[in-house]
Amino acid sequence: MSTDTLLSVDNVTRRFGGLVANANVSIAVQRGEILGLIGPNGAGKSTLFNLVAGTFPPNEGRILFEGEDITTLSSPLRCQRGIARTFQVPRSFDSMSVLDNVMVGGFVRARSAAAARAIAYETLEFAALAHRAGASAGDLTPPEKRRLEVARALATKPKLLLLDEVMTGLTPSEARLGVELVRKVRDQGVTVVMVEHVMEIVMPLVDRAVVLNLGMVLAEGKPQDVVRNDAVITAYLGERHRAA
Amino acid sequence: MTADALSPPRTAGMLPQRRKQLLTAALVFAAVAASPFLVRDVYLQNVLILTLLYAAVSQSWNILGGYCGQISLGHALYFGIGAYATSVLFVTYGVVPWGGMLVGGVLSAAVALLLGYPCFRLKGHYFSIATIVIAEIGLLLIHNWDFVGGALGIQWPFGSDSWWTLQFARDKVPYVHLALGLLAVTWFVTFLIEGSRWGYWWRAVKDNPEAAESLGVEIFHSKMAAAAVSAFFTAVGGSFYASFLAYIDPESVMSFRFSLLFALPAVLGGIGTLWGPFVGAAILIPLTEITRSYLGGSGSGIDLIIYGGLIMVVSLAKPEGILSLFQRKAKREARS
Repeated sequence: MSTDTLLSVDNVTRRFGGLVANANVSIAVQRGEILGLIGPNGAGKSTLFNLVAGTFPPNEGRILFEGEDITTLSSPLRCQRGIARTFQVPRSFDSMSVLDNVMVGGFVRARSAAAARAIAYETLEFAALAHRAGASAGDLTPPEKRRLEVARALATKPKLLLLDEVMTGLTPSEARLGVELVRKVRDQGVTVVMVEHVMEIVMPLVDRAVVLNLGMVLAEGKPQDVVRNDAVITAYLGERHRAA
Repeated sequence: MTADALSPPRTAGMLPQRRKQLLTAALVFAAVAASPFLVRDVYLQNVLILTLLYAAVSQSWNILGGYCGQISLGHALYFGIGAYATSVLFVTYGVVPWGGMLVGGVLSAAVALLLGYPCFRLKGHYFSIATIVIAEIGLLLIHNWDFVGGALGIQWPFGSDSWWTLQFARDKVPYVHLALGLLAVTWFVTFLIEGSRWGYWWRAVKDNPEAAESLGVEIFHSKMAAAAVSAFFTAVGGSFYASFLAYIDPESVMSFRFSLLFALPAVLGGIGTLWGPFVGAAILIPLTEITRSYLGGSGSGIDLIIYGGLIMVVSLAKPEGILSLFQRKAKREARS
């Protein structure tokens, strides 16, 4: 294993009753890259994502983060080690202000409220949401809520950021801003793994793509190679992509 | 710049809105402290004492129920533990009530942790139901435990008025100040929690546990800590109540009615807010005491009808509690 591997998922299997959601999945995420996780509905993207975030443990296999086995660690402990995530459906703390929401993340690295507040405000400026800092989180628009999710996760100062369909439901111009934000995050030295459906957005953004299908890794590589892969076209992209 | 924008926060010192809260508290509590010298009527002083006591205990309940979102309907158990620990220690062993408060508080916190271990695996309504059942079991145990007086209860010995034994037969004013002191302490503890990392964690747990976990919050630890703090101060309230009554029996400190009376002021005034329990108690307690004395007798159930009616009105019209009326108005004024 190369020394630059931040996360490695090693032969992981996860079953839900009789359904095998992930079967012997292995992926390695390099430090500093943006990795796209794509595939049709039911391919096991979210399961893999949740296994890495620590929502539930795998039935078989191991997950290593910075070379250490985190397979059985709870999600709060993974967060302290530097893994942060967003949710597909934004889960804001609606009784709290936007700034307070992000402060919850800030407390992972800060003891005092003043220090957490400083981290939170800085993160909100980074995520271009500082102008809404005093608003109630419940009053945000859907695209703002997605930004809040990202800001909150970033306030935990992660090494690895897991983005679960953050671009879904955004207008093209909002999505462009989202792409900019993800690039900015990577430029800060944070490794990004993103589950995404919108191919036009993912492919130019990611350094590498992993395609899942039926719970298994179908293809893996640079985005331009992946979109030309026969198996990927048949299973996911559809015949109309073959010409391109 | 919109109204939602904030200037970059100060990294040192206290936020202006927190300083304002402290100032408001100092003024309100000073006014309450002076009030018994203006209102000499013993009946009204009695109502004031009960109002302050329920405000304080409801504030303690609010720490677990309002901030951490774990709705307990069994806080009478902790109240009873405080009352009984203080009474037994004083009457049987001659330990002054101040010591009983501490022992009762610590004992309650320990019981809360012990019960929290299985109960916090339950979610939402199931947790609330478990708290009711456990408090009822506690009531039955006390009923049948002769060492603590069983169904007969414990009578405190008559003695001279003293701050040491907390007995004041001639004058109610010291009880007003004691209850106020208890309220001030619970208010200040809540104030400190609100501005600390625990306060943020607890509110995150209440709003969305999964999201909180993903941000490094240990949900189980958070709930346990909130339960212990909440139980401690509820028991201190029970200690005070025992010395105020100078006679306790199971029904008079541990009946289900108390569990309701600790939750209701917070819910009525504004759950999970600093002033909600105080505002709620200031409305609810005088109302029930006055109806009780006008409509005659105890146990007629009229006060329970009033609680029920109030809960229905609040939950239909203002689920966030009465305080939210003012907050909304303040927000609108700030925007215009």
